[in-house]
Amino acid sequence: MATSLAHLGSLMRGVRSVDQVGVEERAAALAKRSIKKDSKLWALDLAIRCMDLTTLEGADTPGKVSALCAKALRPKPGDATVPPVAAVCIYPALVPVAAARVRGTGVRVASVATAFPSGQTFTDVKLAETGEAVAAGADEVDMVIDRGAFLAGDHEKVYDEIGAVKEAAGAAHLKVILETAELGTYDSVRRASILAMAAGADFIKTSTGKVQPAATLPVALVMMEAIRDFHRETGRAVGFKPAGGMRTSKQAIAYLVLLWETLGQEWMTPDRFRLGASSLLNDVLMQIDKERTGAYQSEDYFTKD
Amino acid sequence: MAIAKRTDLGAPAPFEYAPAPEATDHVTIAPKYDLFIGGRFVRAHSRRRFPTVNPATEEVLSEVAEADEADVDRAVTAAGDAFRTWSGLPAARRARYVFRLSRLIQERARELAVVETMDGGKPIKESRDVDVPLAAAHFFYYAGWADKLEWAFPNRRPRPLGVAGQVIPWNFPLLMLAWKVAPALAAGNTVVLKPAETTPLTAMLFADICQQAELPPGVVNIVTGAGATGALVTGHPAVRKVAFTGSTEVGKLIQRQVAGTGKRLTLELGGKAANVVFDDAPLDQAVEGIVNGIYFNQGHVCCAGSRLLVQESIVGPLLEKLKQRLGTLRLGDPLDKNTDVGAINSPQQLRKIEGLVNSGVEEGAELFQPACRLPERGYWFPPTLFTNVAQSSRIAREEIFGPVLSVLTFRTPDEAVEKANNTPYGLAAGVWTEKGSRILWMSERMRAGVVWANTYNRFDPTSPFGGYKESGFGREGGLQGLLPYVELAR
Repeated sequence: MATSLAHLGSLMRGVRSVDQVGVEERAAALAKRSIKKDSKLWALDLAIRCMDLTTLEGADTPGKVSALCAKALRPKPGDATVPPVAAVCIYPALVPVAAARVRGTGVRVASVATAFPSGQTFTDVKLAETGEAVAAGADEVDMVIDRGAFLAGDHEKVYDEIGAVKEAAGAAHLKVILETAELGTYDSVRRASILAMAAGADFIKTSTGKVQPAATLPVALVMMEAIRDFHRETGRAVGFKPAGGMRTSKQAIAYLVLLWETLGQEWMTPDRFRLGASSLLNDVLMQIDKERTGAYQSEDYFTKD
Repeated sequence: MAIAKRTDLGAPAPFEYAPAPEATDHVTIAPKYDLFIGGRFVRAHSRRRFPTVNPATEEVLSEVAEADEADVDRAVTAAGDAFRTWSGLPAARRARYVFRLSRLIQERARELAVVETMDGGKPIKESRDVDVPLAAAHFFYYAGWADKLEWAFPNRRPRPLGVAGQVIPWNFPLLMLAWKVAPALAAGNTVVLKPAETTPLTAMLFADICQQAELPPGVVNIVTGAGATGALVTGHPAVRKVAFTGSTEVGKLIQRQVAGTGKRLTLELGGKAANVVFDDAPLDQAVEGIVNGIYFNQGHVCCAGSRLLVQESIVGPLLEKLKQRLGTLRLGDPLDKNTDVGAINSPQQLRKIEGLVNSGVEEGAELFQPACRLPERGYWFPPTLFTNVAQSSRIAREEIFGPVLSVLTFRTPDEAVEKANNTPYGLAAGVWTEKGSRILWMSERMRAGVVWANTYNRFDPTSPFGGYKESGFGREGGLQGLLPYVELAR
């Protein structure tokens, strides 16, 4: 999707502003939806199928990633009604381990790239990293935008880099992380969302999880509204991935409610929605058991991987 | 097991919210309510009762007494007797009682919210998150003023007036009670309150709260009944101050009735507020504000943003977003925590809305209603939007008091002001723009008691509320809200 520089300028100037009070109020109102019984089970099932089960630690090892893959494939041992997650999300160096473990299962390998989490390195390095991750078996690439360039007003650099990474990623799906906590305002979040989508992002993603606050509901709402407008104007459907800070089923359900009431049914699928989380899955499993049996089970019944 | 609704097996199932009704088992509604006079519930002299109905189910919830002239006289006399002691209490002690009322409203918030929703048809999320907390906040706020009146009116000696006769509407029953009773008591007056005939129940619970607070007998008296009872309250010669919230029609009658009597009067009447959206507005939030402005409480709001004035250059995208948003509104059981639009308060009101909507169609406006199934029992009207509305159309001029929005366009700020002001009403207005200077420019020129900027239907006890022109006079809330309840001696 080539865009001329002049077009990029007018695109950025044409991005509508966001009212902070209004968007926070709306997000808070949607978070109060009461999701019970069947609809809760439905949502929890979807939350698992849309989950990018994540480990992004300096201490990650092949053993840790293998364990994560096993959990991704079979979140609840002995219970086949609980579906596998959408993907495992890991550092590039561990892609070969994960790819070997999940190949042919339907669970995808997502690799962060482009000098995650800061993105503060040379474009060539970012492209090389992306290319290698895909060559090693990554089905999806989670890149970070150059926040420095964005905040300095160099939209062109951000745009071009996303386009180049997209090209380097080839057939792999590209998720573009905005790191919204560093952008400072909802206006910037909206502008960065439009910029990333115009540059070719398949998904836009809130956060690396390394900067606080990570995903928040108002930020998610702003990004979803940007996706909705972009879809209306261009016909291209871009996915959304909140990531970081989600630990409870209740939080996950709040994102699904936001998604449902903003983007609607067409986005209630792993093709267009992901939840990036490292410690959410067990709470979801616990809540599913609670809905089914009427009682909370001890956390010792859920595997810690 | 419901988990079988797997979306990977064929087409994705829609996300259907399971019913999430607020429990009602903690609430007791008595089959009959008497009048609350002199601190006790007493049988009405009239011996007459009338039913109050749940508008979402058409079930009779209870029967309340209909006060006649003797009953109203008894109530005013009780209030007059209580005035002598109440106004003589040390102000700090009076404050304590008002604080106590506030805390009891908070303690019984769930019960009050459920009863408000059952009796009036408004969604539980509104009674729970708006009506009841705001009612408590009003008592808290005015309790704080009770012993600081001399600082409220520096260099004057504020004195209470006597018995206040107060008549309140059915759209925010407990909240309107709070708006009326809190400043009156804080300033040292006593009250006779007449709640609306379709929504008397939270007032009866409030009577119970007055007993629980051990409020001195006669300080608050509540007489139920219809318009005739209200006229007896406002017309009683011993009433020194009349406060009315309701229709402009009745407001005019009351103004005639009290003319020349020396009674103080404040009126908070109808409205046809303009919600003005400029082309630089944050559109998604403006859509929320428009929805909140007109569909909040089914549009039964005197300050409802019932006229949407949109700058012509953005009318296309704005309407597209607005129509899409209307499709996500959830209409149904008001007690369900996920309901956005509840029941119409009464069959009379429903007929009035239907009549005006039909007139809109006949006058050539284009009607839009989202696909939505109305429950079989009860009184319902779907969220409605009219485009191609002429400024001269009835739906652009008359207060509908229902979930019906009329969309008009303008080209320049001057035209927006002209159209916004071109109404006999002047209660509220909204402005949506990114430009701060334009907000100020607009609010200086719009003849409305409240102008909301980039938001709508926001209320706070510290902020005065009231109208221009046929929307009434006098202010409720804030420091200004004390003024109608005091006499300022030098």
